[in-house]
Amino acid sequence: MIKFNTDFDSEVKLVNNDITYVSSKHKLFNVNLKEIWQYRDLILLFVKRDLTTSYKQTILGPLWILINPLLSTTVFTVIFGIIAGIPTDGMPQFLFYMSGNILWGFFSSCLNRGSGTFLGNVRLFGKVYFPRLVMPISGIIYNLVNFFLQTSVFVILVIVYAVIGANVHPNWLIALTPLLVLQTAMLGTGMGLIISSITTKYRDLNVLVGFGVSLLMYITPVVYPISQVPVNFRWLMLLNPVAPIVETYRCAFLGRGSFEWPFLLISLAVTAGLLFWGVVVFNKVEKNFIDTV
Amino acid sequence: MLEMRENCVIKTEHLSKEYRLGVIGTGTLRRDLQSWYAKRRGREDPNSIIGTPDYEKGDSFLALDDVNIEINRGERVGIIGANGAGKSTLLKLLSRVTSPTDGSFQFRGRIASMLEVGTGFHAELTGRENIYLNGAILGMNRSEVSAKIDDIISFSECEKFIDTPVKRYSSGMFVKLAFSVAAHLDAEIMIMDEVLAVGDMRFQRKCLKKMRELAEQEERTVLYVSHNMSTIQELCNRCIVLEQGKVIFDGDVDEAIKCYLGGENDEFFSAEYEDDKYKDKVNNNLLCLERVKYNGRTTNIFYPGEKMLLQLEWKNLMDIDNLNLRIEVYDYRRYPITSFLAENIYKGKSGENGSLRLGLDIDMLTQGVYYTRYVFTSSLKPDAEPETVEAASGLVFRKTRRNVGSQPWKKSWGSVVLGEAEIIE
Repeated sequence: MIKFNTDFDSEVKLVNNDITYVSSKHKLFNVNLKEIWQYRDLILLFVKRDLTTSYKQTILGPLWILINPLLSTTVFTVIFGIIAGIPTDGMPQFLFYMSGNILWGFFSSCLNRGSGTFLGNVRLFGKVYFPRLVMPISGIIYNLVNFFLQTSVFVILVIVYAVIGANVHPNWLIALTPLLVLQTAMLGTGMGLIISSITTKYRDLNVLVGFGVSLLMYITPVVYPISQVPVNFRWLMLLNPVAPIVETYRCAFLGRGSFEWPFLLISLAVTAGLLFWGVVVFNKVEKNFIDTV
Repeated sequence: MLEMRENCVIKTEHLSKEYRLGVIGTGTLRRDLQSWYAKRRGREDPNSIIGTPDYEKGDSFLALDDVNIEINRGERVGIIGANGAGKSTLLKLLSRVTSPTDGSFQFRGRIASMLEVGTGFHAELTGRENIYLNGAILGMNRSEVSAKIDDIISFSECEKFIDTPVKRYSSGMFVKLAFSVAAHLDAEIMIMDEVLAVGDMRFQRKCLKKMRELAEQEERTVLYVSHNMSTIQELCNRCIVLEQGKVIFDGDVDEAIKCYLGGENDEFFSAEYEDDKYKDKVNNNLLCLERVKYNGRTTNIFYPGEKMLLQLEWKNLMDIDNLNLRIEVYDYRRYPITSFLAENIYKGKSGENGSLRLGLDIDMLTQGVYYTRYVFTSSLKPDAEPETVEAASGLVFRKTRRNVGSQPWKKSWGSVVLGEAEIIE
């Protein structure tokens, strides 16, 4: 009997045989990191899309990423520093406001991106499936790029000020900045995901978010140092999870400010909690939001 | 979770999708609280639409009801049904845009869904950038797109404009580019919802051809929803008919189309038109058709060589001077094939009953089901509305297969036999 070898076929088609199972039952916490990793190209393309399209048909183009915080820092310096005369603990006013400004900007844009995930992408989500977390993740990366560019300018200014002998003292706390940045991103996105999940049903929240974010800024030591707050209330202030991050960040680059481990750790725990909660609600809502939106 | 057979790529088990009617949240917290409070006190919900029947309040409706289907590798499955039958819901579930309320499904490999052409295209990006973005949205990674980008661009016929922002494209170019991306996906399963309805005829055919090739040569599986029966016929080799969320037919394409389009009077050889039922619907006061039948028959099947004898009976609604009749013949897709004309066939006074016997030569028609419609006009009212469109649609007849020359006629050759060609030289 002749036996044929059927394995000689040189061009073997790679057929994906993974079985995906979808049912009406949901798990509480169901983040498929492997799947998100498979969509890494999509994440990067969304980042690229946002970077290339946000400044299309402008004369200065991406320079706006740097001009924006410089302009608003100038406004802060004039209004809060010069007109209102809020002391800055001896730190150069411009650097003081810039540090708070770019970190706050990073936080609020992460929050905004996160909270717009569902309502801002209804059309796309209604027509095609990909892991929905791709959207907030690409938002984080987009904001990180902006934040990194802005921080570079900030660092250059810090060095210039230090060289000309101003009152700035960068120190070892700078080693903590990667953690601070990550924490800010997680906190903003976590809160954003929660808001996003609720706004699919209650649009009222959309109006509140804008108001809430600016309110939150004023109970965070962005335009004033925490030393201006009565000693009895400082602990209350530092329970706001953004406050210790801003203070530590400022302390790292400028050498003044209150850096205290307990509050930073509390903030870290709150961040983890909010992020977890955010992902759980997000997971629950993403399955069927297209039916209610 | 039951095991899937080796060559099965999609399997649904008791797949159901329920939508709540009436009170799907009002969108604001205040109103939701109001509704909740009213319900607690047993009062009328202040936010429900007035006059909504009780069964709709907080009640639900099943867009998809216990669907069990298995689809094998390489099959090209058409899904047809009336609006609201659940076609799009099924595709939405399979492409995981929304999730089932009951039951489950499993699939093998990747599913690329095209529920819309050009999902995620960004107007400011160039054609080339959009190919990458759209490909990634549909589940391809960068290297897969790079490997195929030349094919995609040449298929789209947009080579010249590929580095221009798509906001400057004509809508036709936009559609072509978008479809090209989808046609080159590496996904094992492709889901399309009426996407070919856009684009010109030539490009539509090119796309259908491409989809067929993919299914035949690379064993891709295609799920295709359309209201256009001829594209279904061209592309699919299996067809599922949905009605009110249920699968009512699954199998051969022609049979399925017949099942979907065929009315309930398919088997009748005579019909009574109850005037009180249709009078108001039909805006024609010329006459009122009461009865039609095939003379001397107890079936609506006609064999080659048989003549159709049709008897029509009606009541005049006004004085009729010279009545014209047109009998329109449609094929099973409801495309008009031909018509019989009869002019100056009747004179009569208002209130009288009229009747007519006609002999119709239907020998040129090949095998299949044919639908008819009777349109009465008179010289006084030449542009009168057809006697009926739906209600008095005529009797259905079937013809059996016949041989033309030496071979049996195939349905795909057409519905009318024109005969042998004459050889001149």
